[in-house]
Amino acid sequence: MLELIVISTLNGVLFGMLLFLLSSGLTVIFSMMGVLNFAHASFYMLGAFFGFQLTKWIGFWPALVLAPLLVGAIGMAVERYGLRNTHKHGHVAELLLTFGLAFAIEEIVSMIWGKSPLDYRVPALLDFPAFTIFSTNYPAYKLFMLAVSVVIFVALLIVLKRTRVGLIVQAALTHPHMVGHLGHNVGRVFMAVFGVGSALAGLAGVIAGPALVTQSDMAASLGPILFVVIVFGGLGSLPGAFIASLVIGLVQTFAVALDGSLASAFGPLDPSAGPSVLTDVWNVTIAQVAPIIPYMLLVLILIVRPLGLMGTRES
Amino acid sequence: MNTATTSTSKAPAKPGGDGLRFYGVWLIGIAALIVLPMIFSSGGSLTSFSLIGIAIVFALSYNILLGQTGLLSFGHAVHYGLGGFAACHMMNAVVSHGWPIPLPFIPLFGGLGGLVFAMIIGWVMTKRAGTVFAMISLGIGELVASSSLILRSVFGGEAGITTDRTALPKMLGWSFGPQLQVYYLIAFWLVLSAIAMYALTRTPLGRISNAVRDNPERVQFIGYDPHVVRYLAFCFAGFFAGVAGGLTAINFEIANSALLGAIQSGLVLFSTFIGGTAFFFGPILGAILVTYLQLGLTNLTTAWQLYFGIIFIGIVMYAPGGIAGLLMMHRPLIRAGTLWTVIPSYLVAIVPTVALACGVILTIETVARYSGGEAINLFGIGFKPQSPVTWVVAAVLVVGGAFVARLTWLRIADAWDRASTVARDRGYLA
Amino acid sequence: MTAAIEVRAVEKRFGNVGIIRDLNLSVAQGERHAIIGPNGAGKSTTFNLISGHIKPTSGEVRLNGDVISGLQPFEINRRGLSRSFQVTNVFARMSVWENVRCAVLWATGHRYAFWKNVDSLPEVRERTAQILDDIHLTHRRDVPAGLLTYAEQRELEIGITIASGATVVMLDEPTAGMSNAETERAVALIRRLTEGKTLVIVEHDMSVVFGLADRISVLVYGHIIASGTPEEIRGDPKVKEAYLGEEAH
Repeated sequence: MLELIVISTLNGVLFGMLLFLLSSGLTVIFSMMGVLNFAHASFYMLGAFFGFQLTKWIGFWPALVLAPLLVGAIGMAVERYGLRNTHKHGHVAELLLTFGLAFAIEEIVSMIWGKSPLDYRVPALLDFPAFTIFSTNYPAYKLFMLAVSVVIFVALLIVLKRTRVGLIVQAALTHPHMVGHLGHNVGRVFMAVFGVGSALAGLAGVIAGPALVTQSDMAASLGPILFVVIVFGGLGSLPGAFIASLVIGLVQTFAVALDGSLASAFGPLDPSAGPSVLTDVWNVTIAQVAPIIPYMLLVLILIVRPLGLMGTRES
Repeated sequence: MNTATTSTSKAPAKPGGDGLRFYGVWLIGIAALIVLPMIFSSGGSLTSFSLIGIAIVFALSYNILLGQTGLLSFGHAVHYGLGGFAACHMMNAVVSHGWPIPLPFIPLFGGLGGLVFAMIIGWVMTKRAGTVFAMISLGIGELVASSSLILRSVFGGEAGITTDRTALPKMLGWSFGPQLQVYYLIAFWLVLSAIAMYALTRTPLGRISNAVRDNPERVQFIGYDPHVVRYLAFCFAGFFAGVAGGLTAINFEIANSALLGAIQSGLVLFSTFIGGTAFFFGPILGAILVTYLQLGLTNLTTAWQLYFGIIFIGIVMYAPGGIAGLLMMHRPLIRAGTLWTVIPSYLVAIVPTVALACGVILTIETVARYSGGEAINLFGIGFKPQSPVTWVVAAVLVVGGAFVARLTWLRIADAWDRASTVARDRGYLA
Repeated sequence: MTAAIEVRAVEKRFGNVGIIRDLNLSVAQGERHAIIGPNGAGKSTTFNLISGHIKPTSGEVRLNGDVISGLQPFEINRRGLSRSFQVTNVFARMSVWENVRCAVLWATGHRYAFWKNVDSLPEVRERTAQILDDIHLTHRRDVPAGLLTYAEQRELEIGITIASGATVVMLDEPTAGMSNAETERAVALIRRLTEGKTLVIVEHDMSVVFGLADRISVLVYGHIIASGTPEEIRGDPKVKEAYLGEEAH
């Protein structure tokens, strides 16, 4: 039991950090540019697939550097040639553009690499158990993922709090219109922000690929959860995104690990009663419900605190 | 939502000549629906028409949200799917309990299924608008789609719920076994729903929904609560989506969790947006086009979803008013008599644009069929995906086509400029 | 007689920054009251506080004696207060006719009705036509509001504001950006349309202020430093000081 808690906590924090890596880029892009980048999870997926392909050609470690750069370049191109032209038609048009893009990217990926999961292996250097808790070996690769996430997190914090660029980004988080008025080359700033955000998503994909599944529907399964994180944490709030990521990461990991159900806790219902909604709910295990827990949290936060945990902005 | 389109979605029933034309359009539509299966009577055509009819109702219901009230939803299929399940359960109940409810009433229960869910979840969902509403709709859509696999008793798990539409009490001697009878049932409900949804746009609620779309802040200062307006629009959209879902359940005699899924939500968004959200007939055009594309393309290529995505991106970037928007743009020119000045530039642009499209298609199909080696058949010429000749041709078509096409499009823009100026001088453009 | 608008000890802080400090204002029934002050004094914020767009941190606002601070804007609007906006805030994609008609719908009691055809409601049609006539935009009735000239949009803005029949009308810089001729027309329009109503107006153009107002309040750094008749304000030393000699004629 204790083993379950420790392992799940480690995995949960790991998943949470991964979510934060993705949602922080999404939050900054949304706050600065008002664009909800539907294709953000697609960039994550591109990172994983590029990472896989580059690893096959030139090895994992060069791929770790090159793949995010490639994704970042794609992101910048999307901003420059796509979003900038759609900006005049409003935020909904921009959102729809990124939606179409996400759709197209998924199709292209499955066209080139197929629809089955890829054999994206953990690099040999890190393929050993880091430590053993009780009876389970905890892979070193996962610690590596955790380490990378923490380093990026700390770097983000430093950039935001201690550099001029960071100051601009912070201002844009709550007052996006002012950024333009302050005389900064808005076009270039946007392109850079979009590029960096996409590169971060790509990086998350490169390192998460070997540990989680690398498959052409990655983006479609992770995308909605990302949005839940954003709404749950509150728009435009990086601390909110951080807390929301950890909460959702931990809750989902624990849910998957737990195999309980109402039936296992309270005993089976009267077997003579036919199938009904009640029997379904009674017999479902927490693990089966795990995928929808984030959405239930979404409904909860909408009822209790519609602005999100730490949100101050309406839109 | 601040777009540059300035048209309003109305064809007002002004007394006199305009009114005659307005009612005339509706009558022609109804007549066409009645006559269509007599002209194209093959089984395949009937199936297509049935699918298109359902798609039109679904798309029109979606436009109540998007075009009328400015609510972008990524989860509209939820009401559609729940309507389908409600209809299936109702049909099975009618048969097992022997109730005297013939099949034509069933779509109403589909509508109720969609409506009830919209009423329950709608109040919370419409608290926020814009991009946040879009995200929430995505989450709710996933929630319901995933829940449907858990609640097997209601949703039948992976297999879904099946039903037999011929087992209900007959009406007018029709058992609704043959597809022709199903088509007429769908056509009937299509006309009913379209009239109802159009009438809705002419009510106080309909007009205020437009105001909420344009400026929710200002709406408060004329005495309206935008939240209530959005909620009511949401409920209506849910009802009609449920009707479409009921029709689908009748058509296929099955309802499963795919009906509620993200792909279905994406498709209706495509249809409505490509058709054009600013005009009532936009979603009708979009539904027809997208359904035909879907039916046609799935046989031709495995990458059909990619083509959808590209078309969608193209429309978003270059014609956000959709096909309806593009067509209506020509109206002032037609009235001013200057349309013919623009036509030559269109004709010139056709060749390079088609060349560009062919190049893109060749490229995509080459990648898609690379491992399979199956030849690509374009205009009767067979291209082998692994041959470098194909790649060169594709590259030339794409690069050359794009270059020349851009030049011709600039000429179109020039011609439009001149024609519009003349139209403005003659008073046909504001 | 109860004041039309009464603002008592209202404060508004954004974070640690106090934008409005101890604001006290009283507008009598049927009075034409102008609020003037240097840029950044908080005039629009004051409007937003009264009309419910933002909530006071402390203090209260009363409309005809009833407390309205903390209510939603539409609730306040339904009690008889209507306002216009500094940045033109019309329904851009709808025609001029539709814009005014939407403003009339609530007041004529049609609410959220989805069973009536809006084209066949005679009192709605008549009232809309009347207002369009009042603001001299009947000839532009089918033009999408986004395509009007700036001055026309400002006039439409005023039309929408009074269309609901509110007894207390608040106009936020209605003549901003207008030429002299356009300003004269707008002032005549305002005077005619607010006959018998209470008017609160924020303005920078002093000729408009002194020509239109019964009483004037001067807002500086979120606080009313003087309130009185135009003559009193003109002669007040505190006001002169606040404007640093910016008084125009």
